[in-house]
Amino acid sequence: MDEIFGVPIQAFMGQLMLGLVNGSFYALLSLGLAVIFGMLNIVNFAHGALYMVGAFFAWMLLNYAGINYWMALVLVPLAVGLIGVLIEKFLLQWLQGLDHLYGLLLTFGLALMLEGAFREAYGSSGLPYELPEVFRGAFDLGFMFLPKYRAWVVVAALVVCLLTWYVIEKTKLGAYLRAGTENPNLVKAFGINVPLMVTLTYAFGVGLAGLAGAMAAPIYQVSPLMGSNIIIIVFAVVVIGGMGSILGSIVTGLALGLIEGLSKVFYAEISTTVVFIIMAIVLMVRPAGLFGREK
Amino acid sequence: MKLKTLAAAAALALTPVLGTAQQGKLSGDVVKIGVLTDMSGLYADYGGPGALAAARLAVQDFGGKMFGKNIEVVNADHQNKPDIAKNVTQQWVDRDGVDMTVENLNSSVALAVQALGKEKNKITIVTGAATSRLTNEDCAPGTGIHYLMDTIALGNVVGKAVVKDGGNSWFFLTADYAFGHSLEKDTGEVVKAAGGRVNGAVRHPLGTNDFSSFLLQAQTSGAKVVGLANAGGDTVNSIKAAAEFGITKRQNLAALLMLITDVHAIGLNTAQGLYLTEGWYWDLNPETRAWADKFSKVMNGRKPNSNHASVYSATMHYLKAVQAAGTDDTAAVMKKMRETPINDMFAKNGQLREDGRMVHDMYLFQVKKPSESKGTWDYYNLKGTVKGEDAFQSMAAGKCAAVKK
Amino acid sequence: MSRTALTFWVLLAAGLAAPFVGYPIFLMKVLCFALFASAFNLLIGFTGLLSFGHAMFFGFAAYVSGHAAKVWGLTPELAILAGTASAAGIGAVTGWLAVRRQGIYFAMVTLALAQMVYFICVQAPFTYAEDGIQSIPRGSLFGVVDLSGDRTMYYLVFAVFMLGLLGIYRIIHSPFGQVLKSIRENEARALSLGYDVDRYKLVAFILSATLAGLAGATKSLAFGLATLTDVSWQMSGEVVLMTLLGGMGTIFGPALGAAIIVTMQNYLSGLGPMVTIIMGATFVACVLLFRRGIVGELEYRLGRKSGG
Repeated sequence: MDEIFGVPIQAFMGQLMLGLVNGSFYALLSLGLAVIFGMLNIVNFAHGALYMVGAFFAWMLLNYAGINYWMALVLVPLAVGLIGVLIEKFLLQWLQGLDHLYGLLLTFGLALMLEGAFREAYGSSGLPYELPEVFRGAFDLGFMFLPKYRAWVVVAALVVCLLTWYVIEKTKLGAYLRAGTENPNLVKAFGINVPLMVTLTYAFGVGLAGLAGAMAAPIYQVSPLMGSNIIIIVFAVVVIGGMGSILGSIVTGLALGLIEGLSKVFYAEISTTVVFIIMAIVLMVRPAGLFGREK
Repeated sequence: MKLKTLAAAAALALTPVLGTAQQGKLSGDVVKIGVLTDMSGLYADYGGPGALAAARLAVQDFGGKMFGKNIEVVNADHQNKPDIAKNVTQQWVDRDGVDMTVENLNSSVALAVQALGKEKNKITIVTGAATSRLTNEDCAPGTGIHYLMDTIALGNVVGKAVVKDGGNSWFFLTADYAFGHSLEKDTGEVVKAAGGRVNGAVRHPLGTNDFSSFLLQAQTSGAKVVGLANAGGDTVNSIKAAAEFGITKRQNLAALLMLITDVHAIGLNTAQGLYLTEGWYWDLNPETRAWADKFSKVMNGRKPNSNHASVYSATMHYLKAVQAAGTDDTAAVMKKMRETPINDMFAKNGQLREDGRMVHDMYLFQVKKPSESKGTWDYYNLKGTVKGEDAFQSMAAGKCAAVKK
Repeated sequence: MSRTALTFWVLLAAGLAAPFVGYPIFLMKVLCFALFASAFNLLIGFTGLLSFGHAMFFGFAAYVSGHAAKVWGLTPELAILAGTASAAGIGAVTGWLAVRRQGIYFAMVTLALAQMVYFICVQAPFTYAEDGIQSIPRGSLFGVVDLSGDRTMYYLVFAVFMLGLLGIYRIIHSPFGQVLKSIRENEARALSLGYDVDRYKLVAFILSATLAGLAGATKSLAFGLATLTDVSWQMSGEVVLMTLLGGMGTIFGPALGAAIIVTMQNYLSGLGPMVTIIMGATFVACVLLFRRGIVGELEYRLGRKSGG
């Protein structure tokens, strides 16, 4: 077996690829968080729970309605986005003008409710999600096995992230969004419906989380606990990257996934804490985050 | 108050005349059994609602009453957390008058509950947990019973079989708690004693959903056998992930603890050919088949696994002992349980030892190919029977200080 | 006599009588969490800093004191001291990192750091991961008073709680506490008045961590177990809920909140995940409709401004 950095190449590439997959999810989720925070100044603790809901919706669609993966990729973000609309209109709305911490607390409570509800209904061990036929199996590249589905996830996540970035940074719609964050009153004066924009932004952000959940279902066993496990790492990613920049969240998410994967090759014990250690270092050296503009 | 004592005295005096079963002194005047298990997590199929059903069946078959009073069964979900388990058991004993707790799966839970039972002098019967520490370093001879399997027996039966088949280099994928550690250690010793080698191990958190990175490490170890020192949902997910990553193309899997409910979850396609050991199987003989039918009637057609059968057997054995002893006093009941061999659909000539170990035969099975199976739950080919004395560690070789004179 | 002093006396009397009426194990649980919540309140209620990772102090101290009592054989008061000291140490390190950010970021940093401590606890050999440290002996207090009886242990826990609560009261009503309050009201102003705001925050953080550690160290001896549950993020969330429900920024609010939540968890434990749903719903309800909490609402109605 060939070696690279003193480690079998198969192990190295394998963990790197797994890390990239994890990183794709971190990027998708921190992107959603950043979009929501940018617009509403709320740290959406329920983001992880809505990711979990997305995975469950995909599972339900397949197992109760026979709706396949591809349709789920479209329907699930819409469904979760709809839930987002309800949450924003009936709950988050009332927190405008209050200390931002209340937003965190409210969404935390929401996350608990969602997790509890699904645990009540489905137990806490994972439910399997059947991979669509086309994705079964792996590409045998000789120096590693590359499962087809995981390769797809990385590509799809990157595409979604870049599309989102493009829309927000380069289109007129995105410009309105960014302006609405900076100066809602002025934007309102131009006739733009700011409250609607806020609601739709929240819906879009959580829709992204739902999409991530649907994509995660075949890999990670659909379980009520999957949201809380990932959300705390995503928070760390967001602290490291800073929530000012969309591109920053994407890059940081991917990079941290890669670093986590690499750590499993060289020093497996540190893999669970490496993200937090990096966060601690960034806090010491560049408190505003690598790409951040702290508000 | 006075009227009650008068009535009780009269009842006592009249009993020989009325010819009821022997009178008995029961704490709290009733036999209360607590079933503590994982109702909704990764081990829910092992024990869970099935264990509760099995205990209730035993009470029902016993007649439902002890010395004229209804036997009560309470239950709780410990969610695989030893602190919840200890809390519940403590309340059961301190406030609710529970006399015996059964099932107690999950080795962390079992250790905590057995220690508590020792402290409070209440009988604790562990069926679903496997750590051999229960009858060694952490034994509780006066109160603790380890009824079904333990990690030493698992290693002895499955480990030896796989090594004999040519698997002489191992890498362990271990659940990071008492059970996993015990299983890794005990099986490792069996492998080494049989001339094999242990290349290494990786620990994973209990209830891991994604085994890919752990399996990658197993793959790069170059060992011929990947030993799964985990159970329940973890084993199911490990095996599925191994299939996804093509691990089984170049290496063999050894599921060190697998029950029929796991095979059911994995499916014969992926699980075929795997060796495993259980203390019981529903399709062994007419007796086992009959009981399995009774069980599946109350459990939506699901067949019982060896853990469910052991809960039934242990509960029945306990109730018979209480009846024979005439009391639910711990020492008296334990004495009766040790004196009486266990002969029922679960075990033949099962013997409860002084250190708490219930010694019974273990069976080596191999999972059938899909073509060999005649229907759901028809999953096993019997490959051999290992006598109890050979499967389990002898008391002399054990580390239970209290029974060594 | 002021209302606060009266409440203290009533609490003392009730606490002394309680084990004869209630189940000591349950009461000890309430007291440990009441102290934990009160310690947490020092940070959120009186300094305005939301820490979402307080379980790291509570849980790690529980592990250390359990280890000290079981493996090192220390007497209970020394074991508790060891645990508390470890919490202070962690508080110093994490506090120094966390105060570099404000508001929401502060909360996220504490959450992430607590998760790091959690994973360290999963891996460290002395914590035994999922098994936890079991069979922690209670020992004899000062080598003399045997604590194996539940009622005797209860009185020790009650003493620790009362001392902790009195300590918090003293901190709040000291000049130091006044500065903390001014930071909570208007940090920029405090800064402009020349106060080294970051240092005050750090000291408050360490004090809060130490007292939370005291609660955890005592808990592990009372229940004989220290497990991963104690350092989990759910535990961090629970203490926030207790304080929010009871009343942030009040002296007795968090203790009341703790009593309610612990009781609810106890009596509804048969319902399983429903308890999580109820807690989540309580969070949402409190944030939307009931931000002052029970004691806070009471004080408001009785015409007093919150802050004790």
